[in-house]
Amino acid sequence: MSVIEQKAGSPKRRLGDLVFANLTFGSGLLILVALAGVAIFLTIQGIPGFSAKAADLDGHANFIAYVWPLVFGTLLAAAIALLIALPLAMGVALSISHYAPRRLAVVIGYLVDLLAAVPSVVYGLWGISFLGPRLAPLYGWLGTHLSWIPLFKGPALNSGRTILTAAIVLAIMILPIITAISREIFMQTPRLNEEAALALGATRWEMIRLSVFPYAKSGIVSAAMLGLGRAMGETMAVAMVLSATGIVSFNLISATNPSTIAANIALKFSDSTGVQVNALIASGLVLFVITFIVNFAARAIVSRGDVRNK
Amino acid sequence: MSAIVHQHVPLTHPRLPRWAPALVGVISLALAALLGISLGWGPVGIVVVALLVYLVGLPVWSRLVENRRAATNRFVTTLVWVSLGIALVPLGSLLWKVISLGAPQVNGRFLTWSMKNVFGESGGIYHSLTGTLIITLIATIISVPVGLMTAIYLVEYGAKSRTASAIRFLVDVMTGIPSIVAGLFAYALFTLLFGPGTKIGFAGGLALSLLMVPIVVRSAEEMLKLVPDDLREASWALGVPKWKTILKVVLPTALAGIITGVTLAVARVIGETAPLLIACGATTAVNLNPASGQMSSLPVFIYFSYTQPGANPKILQDMAWGAAFVLIVVVMVLNLIARVAGKILAPKTGH
Repeated sequence: MSVIEQKAGSPKRRLGDLVFANLTFGSGLLILVALAGVAIFLTIQGIPGFSAKAADLDGHANFIAYVWPLVFGTLLAAAIALLIALPLAMGVALSISHYAPRRLAVVIGYLVDLLAAVPSVVYGLWGISFLGPRLAPLYGWLGTHLSWIPLFKGPALNSGRTILTAAIVLAIMILPIITAISREIFMQTPRLNEEAALALGATRWEMIRLSVFPYAKSGIVSAAMLGLGRAMGETMAVAMVLSATGIVSFNLISATNPSTIAANIALKFSDSTGVQVNALIASGLVLFVITFIVNFAARAIVSRGDVRNK
Repeated sequence: MSAIVHQHVPLTHPRLPRWAPALVGVISLALAALLGISLGWGPVGIVVVALLVYLVGLPVWSRLVENRRAATNRFVTTLVWVSLGIALVPLGSLLWKVISLGAPQVNGRFLTWSMKNVFGESGGIYHSLTGTLIITLIATIISVPVGLMTAIYLVEYGAKSRTASAIRFLVDVMTGIPSIVAGLFAYALFTLLFGPGTKIGFAGGLALSLLMVPIVVRSAEEMLKLVPDDLREASWALGVPKWKTILKVVLPTALAGIITGVTLAVARVIGETAPLLIACGATTAVNLNPASGQMSSLPVFIYFSYTQPGANPKILQDMAWGAAFVLIVVVMVLNLIARVAGKILAPKTGH
């Protein structure tokens, strides 16, 4: 008959619990709102940019013509960076997980973390003042001897501030994240699989090829995609290293280089006014969408892999 | 009755001696040095040629004495170590460059002066130091509560629910947001709120917090997951409400890891340049008010000093190296603090 009768198994909800639970849930939602906010505010501020006239688009007829060379440059630089970084990262990750003795592996892990901790502007500083001038003689050689390959048509740029240099700096910057993820996955290979392979007389490389790589396949793919996303969004290193003219070209060592979306925004933002700013924000929205898709796909592959491995 | 054929099957394959890699290494280095000195290459050329000789020499020897599979194995082993070497060369070169060019710049004047009314002489980075400090502090104040609360939701309340996994997934995706997009977001937001061209310290803090929240969430979540369920259940069994259990039992247990995670997150965003370039701008004077006026920060100072040095390029570019040195030292110290704090504050195990 009493009103405060309680069902078994469902204790009284305390006020503190109610408040706390909703508070934590609210901050979770806040993060989602922030993510949506990025898309919404960039769209609001970007809309005038989509219909901008040639005067505000560096002389390009419309927004598509304006953003296409930048998208091209972004993809080209990121793809070259990935091409350089992926094999190196595989080597470094394997040296940590399977080759180096335990103590050495810990040290290598620290060093790779150190590589990740260096701020991007310092990489830019290093790239423009050290790496570029050091690579210039190599570009000169490529330009004279291998100019029949379209990639090295030249004429080579003396300062070395080419898209290839930018891509090399990007490769160094995305190396740690690819290494970190692949290392984790290499280490999770079931010990029994590895030992079975070794017991059958496999060499260390055959053991890795037969038991580690098949297990880590989806992880490597997603690590590479995360690295790709990082490389596409990286701003300062490219903005500082690259001597950009914003053309579409596969020529990697010449004075006329494609620019990237992020570098273009960083270089032009402080001098832009009115609709020019809107056009830059619209190009930022394009970058956001591209990196979001890449990251989304990469994470989807990871979480699908998680389910399978459980 | 078939004839029994006694065929000798060796139980072991011939192997290269243990010192074979070292021998091949010395020989290839000597060969390359000989060639390099007679043809006048630099040390880089000699090392590259030595590596190539080694990369061919050892597998060929192994192929002749051992077998094809062993040769492949030796080849791949060499490749793994070479790739590690290649990966570490830039790190060494970069650190050496920053220390050798940057460290001599740092002195009392460099750390305590701003660049206001400084022409034709070297000033200081005080305005950028304070700016970086304020902006990072704002980012931390925003991201730590939000990140920590979200992590608590993910571990303690959401657990395996659909909402929780959606949040977890999107937080992961958020770690990949380009930093410049975060800057544009803050700029667009403040433009809508306060009119176009609003570049203030607070906008920079907001932009950085967007980059920092996902890192805090993921590290705090990992740490909360490590707290044994026994502790929670013991607390509940004593009649302690869930929220109090979380505050008094779960959080203190995970505190060391959470502090480590937050410090690493701070170290990660303190060097961000692009968002501050967009959202805070730059100035030469000390500005301690995040609510009005552009605010300088170390990374943005480095960028402008090096790329737009003005009339006396040498002075400002040297200062850029000095600021880069200070920035790297700050990041390294934060990393060190994170590791030490993790060790000292870690709960005593042994139950």
